[in-house]
Amino acid sequence: MSALSSRNWDRRSVLRATAGLAALGPLAACGGNTGREGGGSSGKSLVQYFHAYGEAGTQEAIKRYAKAYDEARVTTQWITGTNFESKLFSSLLTDNAPDVFEFHPQLQLIKSGQVAPLDDIIGPVKDDFNPADITSHTVDGKVYGVRMIDDPQFFFYRKSLLEKAGVEVPQTLEELAEAADKLTTDKVKGLFLGNNMVSTNYALVWAAGADQLNDKNEIAYHTDDVAAALKVYRRMFTSGHLLLDAPADYWDPSALVQGLTAIQWCGMWAMPVMQKALGDDLGVFPFPSAASGAKPAVYNGGWSMFVNAKGKNVDLAKEYVKWLWIDQKKYQEDWALSYGFHIPPRTSLAASATKLKSGLPAEGVKLFTEYGRFDNISWTQAMITALEEVIANSVRKGMDPEKALDAADVKVDRELKKLFG
Amino acid sequence: MSTTTTRDATRPAPAEVPGAGRRRKGVRGSTLSFWIFTGPFLIGLVIFVYIPIGWSAWLSFFEARYTVTPDKFVGFENYELMLTNGDFTGSLVTFTVFAAIIVPVTWALSLGLALMVHRLRFMQAFFRSVFFLPTACSFVAASLIWKMSLFSGVRFGMMNTVLGWFGVENIAWLADPNPPWYWLVIVSVRLWLQAGFYMILFLAALQNIPPELYEAAAIDGARPGWQTFRHITLPQLRATSTAVILLLLVAAYQAFDEFFNLLSKTTWGRPPLVELYYTALGDDQDYGAGSAGAVILTLLICMVTLLQGRFLGFGRGDDSK
Repeated sequence: MSALSSRNWDRRSVLRATAGLAALGPLAACGGNTGREGGGSSGKSLVQYFHAYGEAGTQEAIKRYAKAYDEARVTTQWITGTNFESKLFSSLLTDNAPDVFEFHPQLQLIKSGQVAPLDDIIGPVKDDFNPADITSHTVDGKVYGVRMIDDPQFFFYRKSLLEKAGVEVPQTLEELAEAADKLTTDKVKGLFLGNNMVSTNYALVWAAGADQLNDKNEIAYHTDDVAAALKVYRRMFTSGHLLLDAPADYWDPSALVQGLTAIQWCGMWAMPVMQKALGDDLGVFPFPSAASGAKPAVYNGGWSMFVNAKGKNVDLAKEYVKWLWIDQKKYQEDWALSYGFHIPPRTSLAASATKLKSGLPAEGVKLFTEYGRFDNISWTQAMITALEEVIANSVRKGMDPEKALDAADVKVDRELKKLFG
Repeated sequence: MSTTTTRDATRPAPAEVPGAGRRRKGVRGSTLSFWIFTGPFLIGLVIFVYIPIGWSAWLSFFEARYTVTPDKFVGFENYELMLTNGDFTGSLVTFTVFAAIIVPVTWALSLGLALMVHRLRFMQAFFRSVFFLPTACSFVAASLIWKMSLFSGVRFGMMNTVLGWFGVENIAWLADPNPPWYWLVIVSVRLWLQAGFYMILFLAALQNIPPELYEAAAIDGARPGWQTFRHITLPQLRATSTAVILLLLVAAYQAFDEFFNLLSKTTWGRPPLVELYYTALGDDQDYGAGSAGAVILTLLICMVTLLQGRFLGFGRGDDSK
């Protein structure tokens, strides 16, 4: 007899079934698009999060590497827009959290037990990594995260425009302000520091002879020289010589390539596109000294791969990270050099990277080696925001830098107390 | 047990009333229909609204950083933090400024459009559609068009191109808070997106005004135009206007998309929802403080709703007038 016989399905049964389906509907919807569909030949699956890189071909490359992994089906979530951190942080609190994800080293993630130590996989090759990268990922002797790429950020400039205006490569922050002034015409702005100007805030602090935190994890950015440098920034902001509200932000080479600015803060990842568009009419220089006796600065950004310590497949995730970012040197080389230019964190790979051996890329590597400063793992997301607010308040809004720094101190102090007591 | 049997046995048999069985059946049927239609939504409401609200209120008394299952009770510390650090209270000021601009301007613009379209003798449907169509556009898409095309700060941004024809220097519409040009960008995008919707509401109300009123006024010597509009049209639109103002206020409270997408890394131009987003879901990941802010905001909205009910009378029944 058919299960759908009318005798089996009286009105109450129909009602119960309807109510049950209706109740399950929203719950089913919650679990949609988890990225966990299917499984590899082994039936195991992993999810990895990546922010959207600007260089063409990167998304396909990451998916290609993942597909080559035989032990599990690896699904990639390629997160566009500017809210990668928000999406990552909130998903890490749920059952749909990624098994592996890229991010920057941050103590908060470790204190919250969200990332797993990776000493067992990185230990045997630890000496082959840039020591600064290992240090920036180490807490209490344990290494969290495997560095994938190092991304030095510095100034790119159009040689012809500087020559035409009779401007030398700036050696100090004051000279940078003067250069922006001389290079500005009715068509081209002198300098582009990014639309919200926060991309250079670390470099500004370092070039003023300060640091974010000292060795005892106390505030080290609040100095007279930093306040003075912020005043120079404010002067540049109000001068009309900065490119503001550009359609694409500092990380995109288009402002320089399209002739909107003569000097642009950007990362080495954009070098191939710039070279293709501008040929030899391109130079690089570090963030110039902003205080007497202080060294110029280059911010060594980059991305690292972390394993979600609360994930369902921690061991498998670690195996995958080891396979891709430690064993598969051909993929690491491809990832670092075939799309944008990044410096491989593995010393052996960096040494064999012929694309970085000559010309402008070699100059970029030289700046990285001489002036590069790495992330401080104790400088967490809330502190990052606090320092960005200093730029917003003192440079763009016109608040006295001392007051803006005082306001940041309150927030950073609160964070430090929570982290270190 | 005998008790039940005895009680049932002694209960007088109900009188047979013609049609009573059908009425009972009808009542039960309507109850069933009620649950079929409202049950799923009620379940959704409980799961997705009431439980999160309760959870949020609970979180507001805990230190909940990078977790929604905290264990450190901090009392009213999160409330104190939200009310004293200036960011949250500043967001309430931003909302007030935004509401003070957007509510009257949208009201006037949508009413003006409705009057214009209402009086059109030809192509009325076309213009109705033209003004209504932006409502279908997402706030995010519109914000990006405004930011990257119309109000881009470079020389080929559309507004700067137009201003350039008159010799005006490029303006950084969103980067510089002095002067606060960002309000022009934010208000104009929202006006474009929502004026058409409210125009339709006013248009419906205009079509419901009896023409006899205008005829009688004309016989009494009222001049068409401003006099008729002020003494007949506007009073007849009172109920719609009240509803529109209330809807606009609610929409202003919910403002998020355009502020979030147009203003990045600023300390200004953050309405409450954006501030709470940055506190709870953004970089700070402080669900305790974010929840405290949400509770404060909820109480504030409740208070404003009660006050508007008191002063505007919206939602009161006829018998309470």
